[in-house]
Amino acid sequence: MDAGFDWDVIQRSAGYLFREGMTFTVTLTLLSMAGGIFFGTLLAMMRLGPKPLSMVAGAYVNLMRSIPLVLVIFWFFFLVPYIGAWITRAERPIPVGAFYSALVTFTMFEAAYYCEIMRAGIQSIARGQVWSGYALGLNYWQTMGHIVLPQAFRNMVPVLLTQTIVLFQDTSLVYVISATDFLGAASKIANRDYRLVEMYTFAAAVYFVISFGLSLMVKKLQAKIAVIR
Amino acid sequence: MNYNWNWGILFSPEPGGTGTFLHYLLVGLGWSIITALCAWVIALVIGSIVGTLRTTNSPWVVRLGNGYVELFRNIPLIVQMFLWFFVFPELLPKDIGDSIKQMPPPWSSLVPAVLCLGMFTSVRVAEQVRAGINSLPRGQRMAGTAMGLTSGQTYRHVILPQAFRIILPPLTSEFMNVIKNSSVALTIGLMELTGRARAMQEMTFQVFEAFAAATVLYLVTNMVVVLGMRLLERKVRVPGLIAVGGAVQAGH
Repeated sequence: MDAGFDWDVIQRSAGYLFREGMTFTVTLTLLSMAGGIFFGTLLAMMRLGPKPLSMVAGAYVNLMRSIPLVLVIFWFFFLVPYIGAWITRAERPIPVGAFYSALVTFTMFEAAYYCEIMRAGIQSIARGQVWSGYALGLNYWQTMGHIVLPQAFRNMVPVLLTQTIVLFQDTSLVYVISATDFLGAASKIANRDYRLVEMYTFAAAVYFVISFGLSLMVKKLQAKIAVIR
Repeated sequence: MNYNWNWGILFSPEPGGTGTFLHYLLVGLGWSIITALCAWVIALVIGSIVGTLRTTNSPWVVRLGNGYVELFRNIPLIVQMFLWFFVFPELLPKDIGDSIKQMPPPWSSLVPAVLCLGMFTSVRVAEQVRAGINSLPRGQRMAGTAMGLTSGQTYRHVILPQAFRIILPPLTSEFMNVIKNSSVALTIGLMELTGRARAMQEMTFQVFEAFAAATVLYLVTNMVVVLGMRLLERKVRVPGLIAVGGAVQAGH
């Protein structure tokens, strides 16, 4: 390091890094988590359902889990405009921008991982619970919605949250489609001011503090839930 | 909406003059696998050591091992990639750092990528090794001590041989993860499979053919690894012991 560690560049750019970058990262993480858990739960119910449905869901989950996230990001970056055009019957692909493309990508990709977690959660509920639901005259959706899923969620909260921490870290891969997430913002400053060492070290420190803090909280939660049982 | 499909593009020559685009992608797959294999060696060695140390009785060694795991687990892979590529050479003495930066093209990104993936995966291997050791009955260790083995001998002859055979299935999926994660190295200029599919898309504008071909290559690799490991698992399975891979875990 010729000029020594330049703290000033971090101070100068902190506003941009957090206001633009971190907002993008956190919004993307939270929305993809919500979407991912929603579709993941549906996929899990399909996987545990009758034959054609379970095979479709299984194929989707296995496909997503066998290819790299970076490739999935590229796929959707180019695919989403065509899907948009197909839905709206437009003549040309509709440009959607990095954020919505990333949102669709992470929702669809993480749904496969949340699916496996929810499947384990649903399977952890005793079969008798489902039968007693039917015996009370509830239909499939009522049994799922009122009896099975609430318990499955509760059992799986720590794993779902841990997966969300992984998701938070993985959103940094939107760098490959030049989105301005936290890492993207840090990288732009790094290249503009030629302060690569400072910016990437700082980015690593921020990601570490947030992820480690969240994982400590999950661990605490896990201990709390474990005591009740 | 109109997209001009042209699957023949895979069999037309690429501008670099090395052969067809399909060949170009296959070479990329080769680089992905080389990167993954080299990283896997590092991951297995460091992961086994750290995982084993975390099951010892010395609180400071355990704390150090935990710190190592938390450090590499809580920083995104792409950021670690940048740290190894941009930051690490700057921290070394100037002449060593400069010689790293001036390595010829594949090596200048292959070496940091291998180091990064190796360390990143080592903490995941360490977790598996620790889980494997902890899944053994406590009596195994006591029996070792009762027979007059030292702590090191107990690990070497009693604990580790059983633990490794138990954790083979989760290690298989970790190996698949290394192959997939090697795609992140495209951000530091390694032309592995995903990087080459992206380059092919930029050269030909045949987006979906390029990505579909890469997807199929990843799926085939996945299948080969899974089948190969299943054979190995059948060979080394410990009779009467069930794999610990039952609990679901968060993953990439």
